[in-house]
Amino acid sequence: MGGIKVDLGLCTGCSLCAKQCPFGAIEIVEKKAVITDDCTMCGACVDACHFNAITREVAQKEAAPDSSGVWVYAEQIEGQIASVVYELLGEGRKLADSKGELLGAVLFGSEMEEAARDLIAFGADRVYLLDDPQFFNYHDELYAMALSELIGKEHPEILLLGATTIGRSLGPRVSARVGTGLTADCTGLAIDPENGMLLQTRPAFGGNIMATIVCPSHRPQMATVRPKVFQSAARDPNRTGEIIKVDSPQVTLRSKLIERVREQAENVNLQEAEVIVAGGRGLVDEKNFKLLEELAQALGGVVGATRAAVDSGWISYPHQIGQTGKTVSPKLYIACGISGAIQHLAGMQSAETIIAINKNPDAPIFQVAHCGIVGDVFEIIPALLAELKQ
Amino acid sequence: MQIIVCLKQVPDTTEVKINPETNTLMREGVQSVINPFDMYALEEGLRIKESLGQGEVTVLSMGPPQVEDSLREALSLGADRAVLLSDRAFAGADSLATAYTLSRGVAKLGEFGLIICGKQAIDGDTAQVGPSLAEQLDIPHATYVRKVQSVDEEKMVVERMTEDGYEVIELAMPTLITVLKDINQPRLPSLKGKLRAKKAQIEIWGKEDLDVEEERLGLAGSPTQVVKIFTPQRARDCRVLEGTAEEMAKVLAQELKKII
Repeated sequence: MGGIKVDLGLCTGCSLCAKQCPFGAIEIVEKKAVITDDCTMCGACVDACHFNAITREVAQKEAAPDSSGVWVYAEQIEGQIASVVYELLGEGRKLADSKGELLGAVLFGSEMEEAARDLIAFGADRVYLLDDPQFFNYHDELYAMALSELIGKEHPEILLLGATTIGRSLGPRVSARVGTGLTADCTGLAIDPENGMLLQTRPAFGGNIMATIVCPSHRPQMATVRPKVFQSAARDPNRTGEIIKVDSPQVTLRSKLIERVREQAENVNLQEAEVIVAGGRGLVDEKNFKLLEELAQALGGVVGATRAAVDSGWISYPHQIGQTGKTVSPKLYIACGISGAIQHLAGMQSAETIIAINKNPDAPIFQVAHCGIVGDVFEIIPALLAELKQ
Repeated sequence: MQIIVCLKQVPDTTEVKINPETNTLMREGVQSVINPFDMYALEEGLRIKESLGQGEVTVLSMGPPQVEDSLREALSLGADRAVLLSDRAFAGADSLATAYTLSRGVAKLGEFGLIICGKQAIDGDTAQVGPSLAEQLDIPHATYVRKVQSVDEEKMVVERMTEDGYEVIELAMPTLITVLKDINQPRLPSLKGKLRAKKAQIEIWGKEDLDVEEERLGLAGSPTQVVKIFTPQRARDCRVLEGTAEEMAKVLAQELKKII
């Protein structure tokens, strides 16, 4: 078993490690660092120590089995390919090229030949197509079985899924069946130039810290990837590739889909919007969101909100942006009365232009904003509306 | 019916702040709490037991000894039994090793009808342990459940949230669901419950108590490893406008017209 070890000869009791530990698992006892039972062995203290007094021993793992190819799971709903798939193809293409391997797309559905050819146009070298009416709708057990069998047959090295409600249900089921690692909700992917491993970076601890995770000796290296983080692949209709037919698995199902219901009214299209006007605690009251709606309308955008505003009941959950809401990357993001809690920043900081209006000049939102106004939203927005109307 | 509720003790991440000068986490005063989503899982378990008029709710957790406090809180809310899987050998587990260890705990508990987990834990935010546990127990599952339409000894019907609405799914028992906050409004502990919880025995099981393959536990049994932890850098030159509200609005309006 591995663990965090403190070399008492080198430890000076400076407490740098204790301050850095995200889990509060280091105490300084008689001028020496002591690792407590709260330790999760994340290794943050190893980097924090200036005296090389802390090491992390990892049990020796065997070499990874033979595998090749970067795969993207091409999620579809009622025959429609999910937009995150194009982002995965864009990022997957880069990973495949830097490893000198093929990019595969896995498509399960019914009557999806044309969609399969389109995945080639978006960068896939190979499409593994399972075309069966039984696969028209997503089904946890059925899809997990089919994907696990395909992995067992083809041995891909990397498998990316969208961090959608489907991907985050299918991914862990498949990784448990195959017995490999899965990193959730990644916002950064790269290939380690030294050993070719996939470096998977994700926010952790409520978005307060970022963690880079590897899967050294199990294959495939699986990750779910947050939508709207990576750029979509470009479509090239002249690209060529191969479509490989996949057989349906034999499986006894213990669950069944009774119906799918769309609730368009509640569906705020935040993730597709080019302009978002968002409000936070500084708006003070539900009725002030009217002001944001006016501004959003003037700019052709939609209204978003922080968790604080949603929790206060000023606006409904589908408008929520941040760690526990949606991730967005519009062309323009106007943050009104938003202080910029880290959980909120996690959901919007990749916007092309961020404009912040806040009374408090020290609000963290100004650290990510391109343009800031220190002032009262109730004065600025009406003045801005008047200007825009001219 | 035997209902198992999986529960995780987490640091209250919403209270964590970043020290802007050192760019490190400020943990002072951050309490350990029951993962908020798991409170809804527990409440749903209690409601299902009450609606069936029979059965038992067991809360199951894995973690260091101090998780006992959280389990006692769950007992005060009405859980019948609490089991903590605690051993140094379990530490450093990723979601696969955690789900494996929990699956061995479930196996020792014996026959069950339903396992309920929260949607995700607020410290790791992976949402992976629930589905992984279902696979390792070879039972069906549904994630993001916002409503239980019906439940009996044979099957249950649930509403599962999707990006554009919801799905109605029927699951044969035994099964596992992960629940959203929309599903219910958790109750508060009663005085009687608190007194009972104070005296209750919490069972603590280590690796010797479970039928486990040791190489699948903890850090050694985890395919994934954290290689680096860092605080996100956010240094951007923010252009701060000056003047009266009208003057600033004028400049901003010009900027906006350029963008759209």
